[in-house]
Amino acid sequence: MNPALLLLTDSRLPAGGHAHSGGAERAIASGAVRDVPSLEAFLRGRLHTTGTATAALTAAVCAEAASAEPRWAALDAEVDARTASPAQREASTTQGRLLLRVARRVWPSPVLDGLARATPSPHHPLALGVAAHAAGATPGEAALAAAYHAVSGAATAAVRLLGLDPVAVHGLLADLAPDLAAVAAQAGLAAGAAGWEALPAGSAPALDLIAEQHAQAAVRLFVS
Amino acid sequence: MGANHDDHHHAPDGRGRALRLGVGGPVGSGKTALVAALCRALGRTLSLGVVTNDIYTTEDADFLRRAGVLDEERILAVETGCCPHTAIRDDIAANLDAVETLEHRFGPLDLVIVESGGDNLTATFSRGLADRQIFVLDVSGGDKVPRKGGPGVTTSDLLVVNKTDLAPLVGADLDVMARDARTVRGERPVLFTSIRQEPTAAAVATWVSDQVHAWSHDHAVPVS
Amino acid sequence: MRASAAVATALTGDGRTIIRRLASAPPLTLRQTGPRAVHLISTAAGPLGGDRLALDVDVAPYTTLELGSVAGTLVLPGDGASEMLVTARVGAGATLRFAPEPTVLAAGCDHRLLVRLTLEADADVFWREEIVFGRHGESPGRCHARFDATCDGLPLLRQEFTIGDPALDASPAVYGTARCVGTTFLTARTDKPTVSDGVAVLPLAGPGTLVSALAADAVELRSRLEWGEQTALTPAPTSPR
Ligand SMILES: Nc1nc2c(ncn2[C@@H]2O[C@H](COP(=O)(O)OP(=O)(O)O)[C@@H](O)[C@H]2O)c(=O)[nH]1
Ligand SMILES: [Mg+2]
Repeated sequence: MNPALLLLTDSRLPAGGHAHSGGAERAIASGAVRDVPSLEAFLRGRLHTTGTATAALTAAVCAEAASAEPRWAALDAEVDARTASPAQREASTTQGRLLLRVARRVWPSPVLDGLARATPSPHHPLALGVAAHAAGATPGEAALAAAYHAVSGAATAAVRLLGLDPVAVHGLLADLAPDLAAVAAQAGLAAGAAGWEALPAGSAPALDLIAEQHAQAAVRLFVS
Repeated sequence: MGANHDDHHHAPDGRGRALRLGVGGPVGSGKTALVAALCRALGRTLSLGVVTNDIYTTEDADFLRRAGVLDEERILAVETGCCPHTAIRDDIAANLDAVETLEHRFGPLDLVIVESGGDNLTATFSRGLADRQIFVLDVSGGDKVPRKGGPGVTTSDLLVVNKTDLAPLVGADLDVMARDARTVRGERPVLFTSIRQEPTAAAVATWVSDQVHAWSHDHAVPVS
Repeated sequence: MRASAAVATALTGDGRTIIRRLASAPPLTLRQTGPRAVHLISTAAGPLGGDRLALDVDVAPYTTLELGSVAGTLVLPGDGASEMLVTARVGAGATLRFAPEPTVLAAGCDHRLLVRLTLEADADVFWREEIVFGRHGESPGRCHARFDATCDGLPLLRQEFTIGDPALDASPAVYGTARCVGTTFLTARTDKPTVSDGVAVLPLAGPGTLVSALAADAVELRSRLEWGEQTALTPAPTSPR
């Protein structure tokens, strides 16, 4: 594994991720997530739905970053089409923009500059996929980073909001390791296969509802 | 919605951009009151922007907008995911994004004030976010606070001790506070204010205005 | 069993829609029920495991088609997986309303439900899908549903649902306590999202809106979707000048 992947997935990466709960804040507010088992169900669901889509898109982006003239607008449109909720699109482009800014300073590269020119606020899978490429990671590794990103923010938010035992929650993330590997492997295969239109498009209706409720909530701690 | 421009981190030396002033300190010490005072005192002569980091909701931003001290579009609120100190010190991405968004929309600005969510005595601004920082204490926290120190008290560019009108009520000795502050801060300035009695905080405003002028003199874009 | 049915419209010289082609293939039997309306009438149980069914819908430019079904579809287990593929092309300025009764996933089924919707500019589409997780008191079999809509060749909406893994179905991120999931895709644009109990109206990035709902039963699902559809189709009050 490329060591840069450790930096890209570290929760201390200063790219604004700490303020996003991936829907966990609203799921907690509604009582749907209240303890470690319900958090586990939430994370598993997140990973195997939207996580499969973002992992595959990130892998496809990372592969495309090696081409002479990457088609960023088309890939960004593929993310848009897989993200029906405007609040989730906004959360994705905000995180994408912040990650792109950080990546351009940490791993300066013409491909990152090119992405910034094409889409100053790209979806997160675009920023992550290109950052991974700039850092020397493979599409499969980029997918793994995306899969982890699909669960890590929500897990941390739940620790903060519910006061859950952080060791129990980390244990839960460790238990998810085989799932993360499977999602990343599947994403790598999908990205290497046919066209982008066929990439996974896992949807989670409850996450869409939660995201919109959160965006309209009067009181919130997390951006999303 | 962010700065859709390409030069996200142009001029690391700050050339041509506004002075970024952090206002930190414990909850309730009068940070928002001070930001409002600075807007009142400087809003006519300087082009300003304000970023708030509320712990919950957008109360500070709403207060400032209601106070009518600044065009409300020039006030942006950042959500901090339960960790206000993270957002100003460890992961400043969202704050930088907000600052640059203001500069992009309303620039060139002279001064952008970033109010922290208020945390504890250890919370200070990253030098990557704030060029200067003010730490606000109030007398009701007790006259021992300056002696206890902490990075905010000892290293801030200006220490403001607010709510002097309450000193007799809470039995705080301002002379003791001034002496202790001098001990831990050396030459760094300390100002005593009662924003309640003097809503423009003139002495603080003068200090800030001096900083802005020194900054713009030192960081002017060279005429080529 | 393999079967493919088709329906196609055409525009007459005087600007009316006619049903140009209606090809049934049991169990997919199509009946014209109005000048521009066609209903699916199930003439056999199923689909059953092993069935490969396809429905091809072609709505010619500037014509209108309403496609419904007289009853829900009960997907049953059988010999292997079953598949239903719906391919629809909606020409420029054409109107399609696709609103069949729900698909019910009986215990033990293994189903794929694929929709490919190709729109030309100014097509006006209403496309509702409802999936019920098992008959009353029954755990559902497995289902993988994929919906792909493109407009003028650009991706507009791509969604996949997987049902039948109890751990994922009950995830508070996926279906939670719901027993039905439904979506209505509309080309009508909405300017802001709306959310109510179990239903959200989601303006897409491209030209269209998705109404997405979860519910305890089919009746509640339908009423939530209808609420969302109405919200999406009611033009926002224009601000007074
Ligand atoms: N008595 C007194 N109250 C003040 C003074 N400055 C601010 N306050 C009040 O202290 C409270 C907290 O102020 P605020 O600016 O919101 O504090 P922040 O949490 O640090 O932003 C508010 O009720 C203010 O009206 C002051 O100089 N004297
Ligand atoms: Mg405040």
